[in-house]
Amino acid sequence: MIFHHLILRVVTKLLVGTIILFALYVQFHGDFSPGGGFQAGVIMAVAFILYGIVFSLEAAKKVFPEWLVHKLSALGVLIYAGTGIVTMILGYDFLDYDAFSPLHPTHGQHWGLLIIEFGVGVTVTGVMVAIYYAFAGRPPCISDEEW
Amino acid sequence: MIDTFTNTVLFVMLVLTALAIVRMERLFAVVMLSSVFSLLSALLFVTLDAVDVAFTEAAVGAGISTVLMLGTIALTKPEAKRPRHTAFVPLIVVCVTGAALVYGTLDMPAFGSPDAPAQTHVGPDYLSRTPIDIDVPNAVTAILGSYRGFDTLGETAVVFTAGIGVLLLLSGLRRRREDEDEEI
Repeated sequence: MIFHHLILRVVTKLLVGTIILFALYVQFHGDFSPGGGFQAGVIMAVAFILYGIVFSLEAAKKVFPEWLVHKLSALGVLIYAGTGIVTMILGYDFLDYDAFSPLHPTHGQHWGLLIIEFGVGVTVTGVMVAIYYAFAGRPPCISDEEW
Repeated sequence: MIDTFTNTVLFVMLVLTALAIVRMERLFAVVMLSSVFSLLSALLFVTLDAVDVAFTEAAVGAGISTVLMLGTIALTKPEAKRPRHTAFVPLIVVCVTGAALVYGTLDMPAFGSPDAPAQTHVGPDYLSRTPIDIDVPNAVTAILGSYRGFDTLGETAVVFTAGIGVLLLLSGLRRRREDEDEEI
């Protein structure tokens, strides 16, 4: 069983790290190049889903436990909405990122974009992996030969 | 010239993929072909210079949804059900709807026209203000995150709610099945 799909296993081990690195690039380079939180979150989730498909659901859950996935999906929305609350506490409008650097409003905007994109990415990663776990965690109704 | 050629080739391939999907009965092949369909539309978005949308289409349409469709097949059946009715009435409905849509496009401004509403209202305003207000090269990120931050917060909440919905539906069923097994 362990030697099943040997090529897939070796290639996956190489790919997972690269995919995560690319997701981080898309996430934190979103201001300068195409991409942003949504895309980065999906790519990050794909790394764990690929690992889950090729190795096993249990192996993926060991790396990225289910309780953590659920917490992360909520944490991202909290980060985003919390940014808005912080700008309100600082005396500006909801989600007006000028508040982070009143003397250099564009710097404040950069910080704000970075933080809320991070929130979006965390939620999308969590939700995508959670949906995959929910689908793959149920016993399949068809056998391997029927595909 | 080369743009027209690329667009024509991509659209022909899109239509061929769609026809192949309609004729297939193995759902595994259908899922793979719909992934191909997504990739082709992503290429079309690239030729339209909408790289952010193309990125999303390639990652979500061709990647995640293919995996989720395969997961769904594993929970149901690998073959499509044979339709019990003839395809005559649906065909008429599709043709009439298609004709109405084509008729609707006749009034639209030409592709890339500078007079199109998208080029005359908020679009140029955002493009001219982004370098001063936000100072990031990718205007899409500036519009999504800053000018329309509230919308994006709503979208993130929608993604979160969708995740919660799927979890409630699927995990609830599993627990009920386990309970039934114990009773037996």
